[in-house]
Amino acid sequence: MSTKTLPILLIAGALALSACARNKESLPPPPPQAAPALPPAPIDQPGTVPPQEPVQTTTLPGSQADFVRAAGSDTVLFAFDSYSIDETARQILGAQASWLGQYSNVRVTVEGHTDERGTREYNLALGERRANAAKNFLAAQGVDASRISVISYGKERPAADGSNEDAWAQNRRAVTILVSGAR
Amino acid sequence: MIWRVFCALLLAAPAAATLRVDITSGVEAPMPIAVPAFATAAVMPTPAGTTADLGRQVATIISGNLTGTGLFRAVDPAAFPAPAVAQVTAPAFLGMRTAAAQALVTGSVTANADGTLTIGCYLYDVFSEEELVRQGFTVTPAGWRRAAHKCSDLVYSRLTGESGYFDSRIVYVAESGPRTKRVKRLAIMDQDGANHRFLTSGQSLVLMPRFSPVDETITYMSFAGDRPRVWLYNIGTGRQEAVGNFDTMSFAARFSPDGRTLLFSVTRSGNADIFAYDIASRRTTRLTNSNAIDTSPSFSPDGRKIVFESDRGGSQQLYVMNADGSGAQRISFGSGRAASPVWSPRGDLIAFTRMDGGKFRIAVVRPDGSGERLLTDSWQDEGPSWSPNGRVILFSRTERAGRSTLRSIDLTGRSDRRIPTPLEASDPAWGPLLR
Repeated sequence: MSTKTLPILLIAGALALSACARNKESLPPPPPQAAPALPPAPIDQPGTVPPQEPVQTTTLPGSQADFVRAAGSDTVLFAFDSYSIDETARQILGAQASWLGQYSNVRVTVEGHTDERGTREYNLALGERRANAAKNFLAAQGVDASRISVISYGKERPAADGSNEDAWAQNRRAVTILVSGAR
Repeated sequence: MIWRVFCALLLAAPAAATLRVDITSGVEAPMPIAVPAFATAAVMPTPAGTTADLGRQVATIISGNLTGTGLFRAVDPAAFPAPAVAQVTAPAFLGMRTAAAQALVTGSVTANADGTLTIGCYLYDVFSEEELVRQGFTVTPAGWRRAAHKCSDLVYSRLTGESGYFDSRIVYVAESGPRTKRVKRLAIMDQDGANHRFLTSGQSLVLMPRFSPVDETITYMSFAGDRPRVWLYNIGTGRQEAVGNFDTMSFAARFSPDGRTLLFSVTRSGNADIFAYDIASRRTTRLTNSNAIDTSPSFSPDGRKIVFESDRGGSQQLYVMNADGSGAQRISFGSGRAASPVWSPRGDLIAFTRMDGGKFRIAVVRPDGSGERLLTDSWQDEGPSWSPNGRVILFSRTERAGRSTLRSIDLTGRSDRRIPTPLEASDPAWGPLLR
């Protein structure tokens, strides 16, 4: 802004002020406020978050979940004080074996378990018998025995907590666990 | 003087014959015994409390030990005044007789100049006024409870004619968490539950600890590294060592009476056989070779026989064989299955778990298979372990869908009592008498 324009601006400003003073006297009174004044516009609009993009877990081939899905179960059950493989167990183990046939570098551990209705020492041995029975069945279906290790937990790791026939039936089991995923 | 000695002998002779507890057949009525607070000549502070406090606590421990056997009944200490030091050697028998006590255990607590404590222990026949035994025990303040246990052993031994078992420890498995994800830790405590401490962190599943009868070593089974096998653990040095080099599970270990050999089972392709392991040479000898589960081996106290369980005949039963594995003979014939046998340190009986009619019960049988007796009656009692004198059996009891606790029962089937533990508990093993 040049120094020459300043006086002009000042004069213009004074004229404007005087006009205002005059207008104030001549204007009609403001109408009664029928509608409330609009609220001041916010600086920012409130944001909304779009729904999360969906994520679904997917069973990858060669995983424990894939194994369970393909075989029907990772678990076979046994009768009281028995380690013989019944027809249901045969079907599950057969399906386990064919899955293991597809993934020939997967190694598994078969865990043997018992119900609580036996002494601690005997149950450790019985759990081992069950794990071995499952292992032998898998091996007979063509799974290399060197890929299968066994461990017995006896009655130390029940699947179901309870002292009744239903819990005991669930606890007399051999569970096939993948040790290393398929490559 | 001679007259007085003569009188004392005259009175003592029949009294010694009568003041005796027959623990073989069990007692109909427990002997009333007075255990007043032990006296102290001068109340002195010690790191374990004042000598007067200790005098009260020592008496409480002794009374608890003796009444816990079921053989004795404590006379209410309020029924007579606690003796002063002078009355320890000259008791006021009249008051004891009024209180209907037959035996008096009294004594004193003295703080010595070197910081140790001496606890004097005296046992009297109240009716004959005869002193039956006296013995002092000098301990560090931290070890004062042992003096109370030693005094208890002395009294028990004098009145029953058997050695005691109070100055001893128990190793067991402490359990916590839900049953599907149980955390199990080795723990050790005095036989009365005092001085409890954990020996393992709970990271690995541990089972079936057993004491060496001769030193500070425990054997137990651990799943450390997913290799379930037998370990040796020196609780004095903390040194641990895996036993043998088996690529399959080893379990159910127990020491020989001389502490030099371990017996345990090793599984091979689903069957379990019994092996002997020489601890010094680490040499393993196979003792059984059957197409069956052979487990729970336990030596006779002379080391010449081994009792074990096997399902070689179709179901779990007890067998006795020679120490070299020869000559196995079945000894259990009753209804149901028989398991987890353990030979009494006296040699006269074998304790085991009898499974019949949906129950697990503790039983005893003679080594020839005769005279089987059931001692307990519950949903699931198992894993018996003998007191050092072969008169009491420790075991674990699991309630149906419930807690596991440690219990003890007298050989006569009386005095079934709970051993206090801070957590749930199983697999108890009684250690030898301390020295």
